[in-house]
Amino acid sequence: MPLTQADFDAVLLTLKLASLTTVLLLLIGTPIAWWLARTGSWLKQPIGAIVALPLVLPPTVIGFYLLVSMGPHGFIGQLTQSLGLGTLTFTFSGLVIGSLFYSLPFVVQPLQNAFEAIGRAPLEAAATLRANPWDAFFTVVLPLAKPGFITAAILGFAHTVGEFGVVLMIGGNIPGKTQVASVQIYNHVETLEYAQAHWLAGGMLAFSFIVLLALYSGRRVRQGW
Amino acid sequence: MLKQLFGGQPLVGPAQAAEKLIRARFKIERPGFALDVDLCLPGRGISALFGHSGSGKTSCLRCFAGLDQAPDGYLEVNGELWQDSANGQFVAPHQRALGYVFQDANLFAHLSVRRNLEYGRKRIPAHSRRVPLEQAVELLGIGHLLQRMPDNLSGGERQRVAIARALLTSPRLLLMDEPLASLDLKRKLEVLPYLERLHEELDIPILYVSHSPDEVARLADHLVVLDEGKVQASGPLKETLLRSDLPFMFEEDAEAVVDGIVSHYEPDYRLLSIRLSGTDAVLQLTHAPLAAGKPVRVKIKARDVSLSLQQAQDTSLLNLLPARVEHWLALDNQAQMLVGLRVGDERMIARITRYSFDRLGIHAQQALWVQVKSVSLLASD
Repeated sequence: MPLTQADFDAVLLTLKLASLTTVLLLLIGTPIAWWLARTGSWLKQPIGAIVALPLVLPPTVIGFYLLVSMGPHGFIGQLTQSLGLGTLTFTFSGLVIGSLFYSLPFVVQPLQNAFEAIGRAPLEAAATLRANPWDAFFTVVLPLAKPGFITAAILGFAHTVGEFGVVLMIGGNIPGKTQVASVQIYNHVETLEYAQAHWLAGGMLAFSFIVLLALYSGRRVRQGW
Repeated sequence: MLKQLFGGQPLVGPAQAAEKLIRARFKIERPGFALDVDLCLPGRGISALFGHSGSGKTSCLRCFAGLDQAPDGYLEVNGELWQDSANGQFVAPHQRALGYVFQDANLFAHLSVRRNLEYGRKRIPAHSRRVPLEQAVELLGIGHLLQRMPDNLSGGERQRVAIARALLTSPRLLLMDEPLASLDLKRKLEVLPYLERLHEELDIPILYVSHSPDEVARLADHLVVLDEGKVQASGPLKETLLRSDLPFMFEEDAEAVVDGIVSHYEPDYRLLSIRLSGTDAVLQLTHAPLAAGKPVRVKIKARDVSLSLQQAQDTSLLNLLPARVEHWLALDNQAQMLVGLRVGDERMIARITRYSFDRLGIHAQQALWVQVKSVSLLASD
């Protein structure tokens, strides 16, 4: 087997990072998406634009600002130090935080689209059937938005797996801690280990293709009702 | 006169306190829309809210449900206070014992018919469940649909499920927003008998929004006529709806709405010409410029229409149109008549004295001329 232990560790770390990020993003992204879908506030456009920023910014820009703010003199760094956590730069936790920003739009936007498509009507029906707003959200909105949640989870996971620039800026390249698959490929190429780079790169290519295939097939099935 | 007879609010004294009543007052003012209603409705039977689209019927019903909150409002249903803005009281929709049947059924797409029916039922305390599932299912004839998903139902079936779902919350007030409007005639005839059974078999007051005189005539006990967000009449059906085939035949307020297309604009005189369908006749009025070909809707009050056997010459009136008499009825005071007329494909109403009616020898299908004193353009979009 041409993959080294370091390669396996990198793949495992990538999956761990992507899973944790996806779960956290679904929790954080749902209220944001709900608010964006329902609000009439003037803040909707500015907040929507901020959420979408990672779509257009070079990952190094996000990474740079996170590096500065999580560093010993940044406001996140100050906060984590005062809590006795030290600084988050070059740690796995730091990577998770970076990934949350990096993949936020890939989770929020499908959810927002799903919530907007549901509209007000099912909620009003639920209210006239005695369901309070929380009850209605869990028994009506969540099930109806299920395709949106699936899309959001897949995109959030896959996009985090593909992360490179942010990781390099705030996580560096520490085996077992911050060395994810994409960085490991970079290492192999740097050291001219092309065969191993091929294995990892090919693996990620196959993974990405399967994810997108699953996404599009699922979409076709859902629309075919 | 009708307004004086039926629109007045009866005082509720101690002797009447137990009487079933729905008292509602809603006032909403938004740009381009105003609702200002003050109603006292019987607490049993079917009350119809009737009017053109845009008359405020649905807005009014949504205020009853609390789906919209009138900034200035009061609502009491058979002794239960649901809104009193003067004292800052507003009961949230999910805390009101009401059922709401939406125009498009609004079933939950992710739940089977059975689970749709159970959704509201299991959210009310067991001891207040007064409508057994079997009874609602039987009443609406949906027993064979229970396992189906809403997407696999016809429009009529969906609407029946929606009605049963609302009934199963054992509401103290059932609100129905044009439950038949999205159905074709065949489906309407399929659902109507079930609505009549509701009326006969259940003691739940129903507020029924409709723009169809036929539905109202068939179902309602009490009629409220809304126009431009205001109550034009409210009273027992027969006294209020003088004739079911002629909407808005209500004394002072009788009016017709006519559709036409802008055919010409004369900037010198600021004169707009509107061609009516099915005739070469045009209506003219002074107005700001509008592009030719634009569809518009005009309102003509019955009291602004007079009749003449010959085409009047040398008159200052702009609008002289050939018409044919369709039908007529005498108003309560027996001194005046409402005459239904057809101009091209459109209908108008003239209010004339009974003396003139007899003098002109008005008879069915008579060809004559209508003279329209004033025409007003309804908002065109």
